[in-house]
Amino acid sequence: MSENTEVTPPKTTAKPPSFWRRFGMQFGIWAVGIGIWLTFVFTASETFTSKDIYLAFASTTPMFALMAVPLTLIIITGEIDLSFPSISALATGVFAKYYSGGGSVWVALILALFAGVVCGYINGWLTTKFSIPSLVITIGTGFLFRGVELAWMNGSGVELTDSGLDGIKEILVGRTFFGIANQFWWTILATAILWHILNRTRFGAHIFLTGDNKVSAQLMGVNVTKVKMRTFAIMGFFAAFAGLVSSLDISYFWPTMGEGQLMNAIAAVFLGGTSVFGGIGTLTGTFVGSFIIGGINAGIVASGLTAFFTQIFFGLVIILSVILQAIISKRIKR
Amino acid sequence: MSTQTPVIELKNVSKTFGEVNSLSGINLAIYPGEIVGLLGDNGAGKSTLVKTIMGFHKPDEGGEIWFKGERIPDWSVAKARALGIETIYQERALCEQQPIWRNMFMGREIKNKFGKLDVKKMKSEATRLMSEHMGFTSTAVHPDNPVQTMSGGEKQGVAITRALYFEAELVILDEPTVGLSLSETKKTLDFVQNIKNSGRSAIFIDHNIFHIYPAVDRMIVLDRGRVAGNYKKSEITMDELIDSMYRVARTGNIKE
Repeated sequence: MSENTEVTPPKTTAKPPSFWRRFGMQFGIWAVGIGIWLTFVFTASETFTSKDIYLAFASTTPMFALMAVPLTLIIITGEIDLSFPSISALATGVFAKYYSGGGSVWVALILALFAGVVCGYINGWLTTKFSIPSLVITIGTGFLFRGVELAWMNGSGVELTDSGLDGIKEILVGRTFFGIANQFWWTILATAILWHILNRTRFGAHIFLTGDNKVSAQLMGVNVTKVKMRTFAIMGFFAAFAGLVSSLDISYFWPTMGEGQLMNAIAAVFLGGTSVFGGIGTLTGTFVGSFIIGGINAGIVASGLTAFFTQIFFGLVIILSVILQAIISKRIKR
Repeated sequence: MSTQTPVIELKNVSKTFGEVNSLSGINLAIYPGEIVGLLGDNGAGKSTLVKTIMGFHKPDEGGEIWFKGERIPDWSVAKARALGIETIYQERALCEQQPIWRNMFMGREIKNKFGKLDVKKMKSEATRLMSEHMGFTSTAVHPDNPVQTMSGGEKQGVAITRALYFEAELVILDEPTVGLSLSETKKTLDFVQNIKNSGRSAIFIDHNIFHIYPAVDRMIVLDRGRVAGNYKKSEITMDELIDSMYRVARTGNIKE
């Protein structure tokens, strides 16, 4: 604004929201992350001061972080997807079948991503067309996609050791900088792209509005059906991508892949400060949340506790973060 | 007046929800520079009519919506707003957890030349509008503040300022004074007057006939989904209007 000597600017005592109100949640997530990290540095200093553990994080966390980040968009619209591990497996199945049948690896890649998008659209269509809560419908499609994949693969895995796959492996899961797995960089890229979509496009603005108050959004001309369909389709795309990353990393396609990632991804989203009720959420929160979840997994074991303790830790972290959200939202309501 | 082309015209518009006929065979036209009051008992179909004009409800087969002499076949909220119709809804149509600037530009977000959201501009425009047009000085009225931190009148202010920003040719006010203080009500009535002074049109719905009568040029009485009466202000006094409203409510018939 230009300085003008004649005209006094409109008198306003409007104050921006306080630092805590704006960034309290984000701050909380980072504090939890750093707190947990420090705990492990002290309880398992040998492991947590060597770089190997961090290289391991960078390689394994993206397998669910790549799905947690797009899942955030769906949860902001007030819906949820429980079928993404199945989409992940079905799409990777498409890749494995097409490639092992003698097809081109790049065509296989495109077909797999396309299959993911189609599955996502099916979820979105069923949810919006029949106004069925996605919590229920995606349990159904989760079984359906998984069942189709298992029946098609006849329950057996596919080796992905062919030298023709070296190129795609190098790109998706190679080690480029400082020995850090490429999937880590892909996760950063995915977060950056989706951040841009969420915060700098009209579609992104409509994601928030849809989740906040669907009827208000519709009254003001937001096509909430289209918004939801698109978020489910994006989820499908990234589920397929994450499936390829997980399988190519171990050079084997397990027909049961992804089953363990469901809770990790959902936990990362809620831990990252996205509201269970819709309308509020950040992608950077989910990104950090994913690495906290990944860190807990590794840290518990490295600290000499049995893996059973991870569940206790997860449980506490998720319950606390959801309680924190509820308290914050209650405090700002007038 | 009748030689002009109406801003909006409804021809034989009906709306049925399941078994319920909310609107049946509505014909109505709003002319440029005209303020029309829409009266009717609870359940007469006022809100349904507004939402149909806005494209939120799709009229039943056979109903037509004309904008400036042109029939618009696939009427929708986005289209209605793009053509210059804005509504201040009774329920305010806000997303309360979102900051003011997002609410202000809801559904019509400003984009920069690269097609990306111009967040900075939306925030500064929101600040300017809120202080210039509504004279808000409350600490809650910062563009980054969520709407849920504001008072009822301030929320209504956001809804009104939103309609104002887009310089709509037709503004629909659906019970805008509900729950407002006296000074906030006056502000809202002044706003209606400003619409008229700037040569634009408005449909004004209020349960309070004393708010409606002084502000409007014409009154349409709605009863059980039909247009039961259509009066120019010069044709009827306020007392006669009140009498006929009672009669309609009792008998469903406007004439004695």
